[in-house]
This record gives sequence, structure tokens and C-alpha cells, in this order.
Amino acid sequence: MTMSEGELAVAEIAFVRRETIAPRPHPAAMTGALGWLRENLLSTPFNIALTVVIALLLAWVVPELVKFLLVDAVWSGTDRDACLESVQHREIGACWPFVWERLPYFIYGSYPIPERWRVDVFFVLLAIGVVWLLWLNAPKRDFGAIYFFVVMPGASFVLLTGWRAIGLEPVDTVLWGGVLVTIVVASVGIVFSLPLGIILALGRRSHMPMVRSLSIVFIEFVRGVPLVTVLFMAGVMLPLFVPEQLSPDKLVRALIGIAMFASAYMAEVVRAGLQAVPKGQYEGAMAVGLRYTQMMRLVILPQALKVTIPNIVNTYIGLFKDTTLVFIVGIFDLLRTIEVARIDPKWATPVTSTTGYAVAAMFYLVFCYGMSRYARSMEARLAKGDRR
Amino acid sequence: MSSEHRAQMRPAQVSFYNDPRVRSVAYQAILCAVVAYLIYGAAHNASENLARAHIASGFGFWGENAGFDISQTLIAYSAQGSTYGRAFWVGLLNTLLVAGLGIILATILGFVVGISRLSRNWLLAKAAGGYVETIRNIPLLLQLLFWYNAVLKALPEIRDSIVVPGGAYLNNRGLYLPLPMSKDGLGWVGFTFLAGVAASIAFYVWARKRQERTGAQAPVLTVTGVLVVGLPLVVFALERFPLGFEFPQAGRFNIAGGIEILPEFAALLFGLSIYTAAFIAEVVRAGILAVSPGQTEAAYSLGFKPGPTLRLIVVPQAMRVIIPPLTSQYLNLTKNSSLAVAIGYPDLVQVFTGTVLNQTGQAVEVVAITMLVYLVISLATSLLMNIYDHRIALVER
Repeated sequence: MTMSEGELAVAEIAFVRRETIAPRPHPAAMTGALGWLRENLLSTPFNIALTVVIALLLAWVVPELVKFLLVDAVWSGTDRDACLESVQHREIGACWPFVWERLPYFIYGSYPIPERWRVDVFFVLLAIGVVWLLWLNAPKRDFGAIYFFVVMPGASFVLLTGWRAIGLEPVDTVLWGGVLVTIVVASVGIVFSLPLGIILALGRRSHMPMVRSLSIVFIEFVRGVPLVTVLFMAGVMLPLFVPEQLSPDKLVRALIGIAMFASAYMAEVVRAGLQAVPKGQYEGAMAVGLRYTQMMRLVILPQALKVTIPNIVNTYIGLFKDTTLVFIVGIFDLLRTIEVARIDPKWATPVTSTTGYAVAAMFYLVFCYGMSRYARSMEARLAKGDRR
Repeated sequence: MSSEHRAQMRPAQVSFYNDPRVRSVAYQAILCAVVAYLIYGAAHNASENLARAHIASGFGFWGENAGFDISQTLIAYSAQGSTYGRAFWVGLLNTLLVAGLGIILATILGFVVGISRLSRNWLLAKAAGGYVETIRNIPLLLQLLFWYNAVLKALPEIRDSIVVPGGAYLNNRGLYLPLPMSKDGLGWVGFTFLAGVAASIAFYVWARKRQERTGAQAPVLTVTGVLVVGLPLVVFALERFPLGFEFPQAGRFNIAGGIEILPEFAALLFGLSIYTAAFIAEVVRAGILAVSPGQTEAAYSLGFKPGPTLRLIVVPQAMRVIIPPLTSQYLNLTKNSSLAVAIGYPDLVQVFTGTVLNQTGQAVEVVAITMLVYLVISLATSLLMNIYDHRIALVER
């Protein structure tokens, strides 16, 4: 085949360049670190001003924080003299030997020392349950749910309170404290709130007027009042409502309050999930002849709970933070043990309070941030499933 | 044929206990019986337990003499002359004060942080993100204790008070500010201010009508500024500055005069505002992200400038998403103000469920009244919210 008309014409015009010029690099100010700076930090005068203000703020806060927590911190010592400015003649930051010495108290409270292995076993049991439930590729995850919601609570109860028949010395809940109590309160809230919340949410969407109105009254009542008053109610009113000999101990009363509170919030989260299930799913389930319980268990709840997992985890984060409120009704959770320890004359210095609070803040920050990362990854995973 | 056939069909034979209506009635009857039994049992036990402990019941204590002091009172109150009922109102007003101020501060801070998180300035966006993630994940109670015990209680003693320029003192018993005192002629300033507000509203209405008729815009903002701020200032100057201050006088052991802001109040206000602002920031961010960028682009292509685009197109749509969760954050703040009891600020819970409950022992009545107050606030707010929701709901086709 001969050359076409056009190609021939181009070939004849000698001054037309035939090969393309290699693209020139971007202007130096638009690429790389410099370009990034220009684009993200210094694009307009207002932006420059903002950058300067924030940079100054950070330059003030961050070094102060590092200085307090690390540079000026005291790392060893046996009592308050190690952390006193007047004794050490230097600027004093965080007082870590205080935390180190009181760590067993922060973790176990006044739990008898020879029995503390039981608390450790409880932590391990709980960790197994959490990993089993949260790790999506774990084997036999349905057994994981049974373990988490039935086996583990029972075993932990026996383990922590004690049972003479199998050689475990009973330990009064007054002696429990620290991280142990925080975790116990949070897990009781977590374990009870989901089933109760599902029941309440189904009740609220029921066609039976009595069931519906009782659920609504309970949910709206509990959600309308502060947790502190629910705890006060459980603490001072509950003993009045039961016969004297049955009166539950202080920790159990607080746990009842927490479980009530958490399940009302969980009910609303689950209800949102139920509303997200299309009507056709209900009709389809009824058309194939499923009973109400079968329909809910096999068709509706799996779909409703799947979309609510991120919200359920967010509710758990709120619950975990709210466990600190048992402090107010006189239970020795982590925060309360820190409050007690920080005013102990052996360690009382101007920096002790801040050190103690920093430890507590880090504890809650790690747990809550971890949970929120998990919720976010679940959200991303679910979104992937819905994308076509 | 088919209609004849249908007529001949007998109603399905459903055994009595499988009839859904019968079942529904039975379930509800059982539920009611259980609930009624529980309530009866609780009431019975309560009356027995109360009788055994010799605790009175009923609301007779409301009119009795309270006999305890409250550190911050917005209405006249004294330990000797005031009743438990009066103490209730003092506590309620303190709760409302801290909640109201907290809502204002948290809203301002929350909007600033929420918008910052969406800023194109990388440093600002990251700093705002860091603020939100840190504050949201630390329990409020811990933050309150930190502000109170580690920051405000660590301030110097009274005799080493920090002297703030302008005649204020700061120490571990509070912040002492000069108290403004009105002199003759301040009434005229107030009158001018009110008149200015009324006139600027009238001007706004007129400008709006004229714009709808002719399209011409009037300088509403400038006129409002002159009427509301400028004129009262002129009158203020003409009356030869009729405002004085009562300055706090520092003594060795206490400070007299001025306004005293309690450290408990300040800690609670800081803690609540900073904590709630982190949640409001997330609400605001979600609201702005919910308005699709196509709305802004469409506005630009119609010739709107960036300012009016934001004001007339983006914000109204974002507000529809923002307001409901924002209200629930306001409610949370109000409910969380009950944590005052941990640091000793005399709010409703601390005064009533704390001191009054301990003195009278009437747990049922006291807790019930306290819960009722919060319940009324919550239900009233959600009622208003529902009305608002109906008004702004998208009307589709």
C-alpha cells in the first residue's frame, strides 16, 4: 500500500517536527515538598496567617507536653521527696515512680493479693472473647458469640466472686477496684445492652399497643435523664423496692443502672438498623411462611445488625467512657483509685494529680481510639460490600 | 364461577391458640400482669422498708427549712431562712446557667473546629482532627477532674493572687472581676439600644420587601451596625459615660467586692464546652459534607459570588442536616452538667439529689423530682425538634 495523501504532505514539509517533545518537568514551585507547602499551607494571605497561628500554638503545646511527660519527668524514687521541686532543686515533670508503685492498686484495687491471679485469668478470658468476636476471620465465630454472651460471663462471675465448693475463696465486691471494676462495668454493659436493646427495639416496633407503649416509655424515660440520676436511682431507690434480705450490693446496683441505661441507647441504635431493612424483606420472609421469631432471627436481624455494627461500637465507646460515672456513687473504678492515690500523703506533690490523670487519659484514649478505628474499618468494609 | 367458589369456601380452620388476635391479647395481658405485679411488689416493699427506717413520705419536706449553705446562688437564699423548695430552685437555676453558657461556648468552638477540619490548610485541618479525636475519647468526668484539681486548684493561694490587668484577681478560690455599677443616664443608653434594635428590624423587613419587588439590595448590615452599636455609644458618650465599676479589694485571707466566679463553675463550664465542642465539630463537618459539591458549582454557574453561595445555598442545606444532631448534643450537655456533683458545683443534682436527699432521706421523692426536671427539658426539646423537622422536611413531588 502506498503512503496516504496526508503523510506524504507532512513528509515533504521539512520544518514540521515529526517526533513529540518530551514533557518538561513541572515548575519547581508547583511540585514536591515546595509545591505541597504552597498548595496546602500558603495558598492565600489568610491561609498563611492561619498556618503561622497554628504553628505557634503547636510550638507552644507540644514541647510543654514532651517536657512534662519525658524530659522533666522523674523516673525513680520511693516517696514524694523524689517529685518535690523544693527537694530536688529542678523543674519537675510527671512523677512516674508514683504510678509504678501504685500500679497494682490501679489494676486490682484492694483485691486480695494471693487471689489476684483470678483477675488475670478474667482478663485473659475477656481478651479471648473480644478477639474471637472482632477478628472476622476467626474460626467458629458463632461459638464465639455463645462464648462471649453466655460462657464467659458465667465463668467470670464464678472466678471473680469465688465459690467455696471448687476451692475459690469468696471475695467481697467492696474489695474490687481499678481497671478490674472499669472492665467489669463496661463488659456487663456491653454483654447485657445488646440483647436487651434488641428486645426493646423489637418491642418499640411491635404491633401490640401495650408492648409498644411500655417499650417507648422505658426508652424515652431512660434516655431523657442523665446517667448520674439513673445511678442514684439504682443506688438509693432499688434497695427500697426489694425485700430487705434481698438487697443487692453496691456494685450490683450500679451494674443494674448501667445495663438499663446502655440498653435504652442500644435500643435506638438497633431500631435505626431495623428501619433500614427494606419492607420487601419482611414481606418475603412472611411469604415463605416463616414465623415471627424465625423471620427476625434468620432474615431481619442479621441484615439490621450488619448495618448497625459501626453504631453499636460507637455506643460501646460512649458506654466505656460512661463507666467512670460509677465513681460518683462510690465505686472504686480506675478513676476513683487514681483520685484516692493522688491525695495519699506519701506521694502528694503538685505534679501527682496531673500524672495520675495523664495515666487515666492514656488508658481511656487507647481503648476508645482503638474501638473507633475498628468501627471505621467495619464501616469501610460494609461500604465495600454495597458498592457494585 | 370463581365468585361462587369463593363464597362456598369456609373460613380457614385456625385453632384457638394459633389465632394471632387471641395471641396478641394474651401476650399483652401477661405483660401487663407482670409489670403490675412488679410495681405492686416494689410499692409494697418500699412502704415497708420506709416504715421500718422511720422515713416520712410525701412532699411535706418541700416547705421545711433547709439549713445548709449553697456556694453560688442566683436568687436570694440563706441557710436559716430558706426552704428545701428554694434550694431546689437555686440548684435548677445553677444548672440552667452552666448549661446555657456551655451551649453558647460549645457552639462557637464546635463550629470553628468543624469548619477548620474541612479547611484546605493542611496544618489547621490536622490540628482540628487531633483535637476532636483526643477530646472525644477521654471521659468527660476525667476532663472535669483535671480542670478542677490539676489546673484551677493548683493556682496560687489568695495572698499570692495573680493580678490580672484591669483590676481582676485570680487564685485557687476563683476569679474576681470588677462589678459594673450603673449610674444616672444608663437608662437612656439602654433605651437607645432597644430602639436601635427595633428600627433595624423594621429596616430589614423594608429592605427585604424592596429587594423582592425591584431586586435592589440595601446595606442592611451597615445600617444595623450603626443603629444597634453606634447610636447607643454616642448616647453613652453624651451622658458622660454613666458606668462605674466596683473593684474587688484584695485582703490577706479573702477578697471583698466584685463578682466572684467559682473554680467549680469555671471547671464545669470549660470541661462541658470543650468536650461537647468536639462532638458538635463532627456534626458540623458531616452537615457540610452532606451538601453535594454540585450545589456550589450550580450556584457559581448561575453567577453567585462565593459569599452569597455559602449563605444562601450551602448553609441552609447543611443546617437541615446539622440541627437535629446539634440539638441532641445540647441535650447531652445539659444532662452532662449533672457531673457537677463530682467537683462540687451546686447544680440541681448536687444540691437536691445530694444534700437534700442526705438530709431528708426521702430518696423516692427527691430522685423522682430530679428525673422529672431533666425529663421535661428533654421531652420539650424533642417536641420542638419534631415540629422543626416537619417544617424543614424536604417536600418531594
